[in-house]
Amino acid sequence: MTQIDINSVSKSFPVQGGRLEVLDGVSLGARSGEFVSILGPSGCGKSTLFSLLTGIEAADSGELLVGGEPLSGDDNPFAWMPQNDVLFPWRTVLDNVALGAEVAGGLGRADARARARELLATFELEEFADSRPFELSGGMRQRAALARTVAQGRDVLLLDEPFGALDALTRTDLQLWLEQIWERERWTVVLITHDVREAVLLSDRVFVLGPRPATVRLELEIPLPRPRTLETLADPQVAALEHQLLTALDVGAYRAG
Amino acid sequence: MRRLGRLLPAVIVIALLLVVWQLYSTLGNVGNDLLPAPTRVASAGWADRSSLWDNFLPTVREVALGFAISLAFAFLLSILLDRSQTVRRALTPVLIGSQTLPIIVLTPLVVIWFGFGLAPKILLVALVTFFPLLVGLLEGYASTAREAMTLMQTMGAGWWTTWRLVRLPSALPSFFTGLRISVTYAVVAAIFAEYAGAELGLGIYMQSAKNSFRTDLVLAAVVLCAVLTIALYALTFALERLLMPWYAQSRRAAS
Repeated sequence: MTQIDINSVSKSFPVQGGRLEVLDGVSLGARSGEFVSILGPSGCGKSTLFSLLTGIEAADSGELLVGGEPLSGDDNPFAWMPQNDVLFPWRTVLDNVALGAEVAGGLGRADARARARELLATFELEEFADSRPFELSGGMRQRAALARTVAQGRDVLLLDEPFGALDALTRTDLQLWLEQIWERERWTVVLITHDVREAVLLSDRVFVLGPRPATVRLELEIPLPRPRTLETLADPQVAALEHQLLTALDVGAYRAG
Repeated sequence: MRRLGRLLPAVIVIALLLVVWQLYSTLGNVGNDLLPAPTRVASAGWADRSSLWDNFLPTVREVALGFAISLAFAFLLSILLDRSQTVRRALTPVLIGSQTLPIIVLTPLVVIWFGFGLAPKILLVALVTFFPLLVGLLEGYASTAREAMTLMQTMGAGWWTTWRLVRLPSALPSFFTGLRISVTYAVVAAIFAEYAGAELGLGIYMQSAKNSFRTDLVLAAVVLCAVLTIALYALTFALERLLMPWYAQSRRAAS
């Protein structure tokens, strides 16, 4: 029901003296309950893709289908999680999470807070319900931001480089935590990232975008068994998959050529 | 005890200024009538305290009413300007123009138009104080994080919801900066308006004291004005703590 199909979508922007082609016939998708990553270099049009998905921009050509129906602006199925947590300092952690349920989910204040309280339990943040965001560590803040995203009650989570601003250790820690919680909840997730390890560790499928104008260079199934844990990183398949993805991204190519 | 410790430097500076003033007016070559010593200002002020008080209250009332109107006006206008680029383009020149009106010329005119009553004072206080409030609000709205706006957009929030939940709270720190600037103008504006014509008020009190060469009473009224302004300024901090308890805490945590 929440299957996402993006069929040969193109998008360009007017610039001085012509048009900037950003997406050139991009096709990708996610099945219901699937964890999909979109991997690409910076500036490759990942964020343009994101504005198309969230309905902020319209595609020039191609189809964006949700459950077989064209994507509509009023009933957008994507809940966006930004890179910087965007937790509001004037709200408690609980009220920040409730914001998602209140604004996007259309719940009344009391219901929204009740929903937020449930989510805080799931996200192991109960004891920080009444804290202010600045009292939380970076990792906890991202967890709260994810809780707010889930609180929106939408079908698909659109995670936009969610751990990009964290230090490497906290990032790995949160990736493993996300894997754990995803095993339980089985949300449909579209993760936008430039972290190859993250894509391999978390995804069922990875789509690699090339530089602008972006096309899908590689679609790769990640056959690693679940649940994935720290031990998964010792699996020789991981190195092979990372190598395959990095090759598709042309990483290191300038030195060879 | 710690609060007292923080006030101490200000108290010492004021005390030193008073001592220098006292010495200069008693030992210097100016007459005590031209520059009365602080002790004389205090005793003259005390002797005339009931009259000072009767003139103090109307000034406070004008400042309070003028400021209330100014606040309401600034908020309303800021919403309109934030809402529509067209309104912003249309009104900005007029608003800036309103700040170039020379108060010294405008005041007598306002008194001619509106008489000696409350109206011209309130009008002038509002005219002088609304601009820093408005600029503070507008700059504050503009400081809203882009990602926060995008988040609200992806959640399908309308303009009003976004303003109420994100733009207004984002604007509060900058609003309080504007508030502190404008609060220091408010008392001066009220005094000025009274100076041009009033029945009661510190401005008219100073004028009649000056006309009878009672420099000591003029200065006593000046002291009252300063006390009022300092009190208003302190009030903005109390208000800030009340409306944005998160602000000081998060700043302390960040440093």
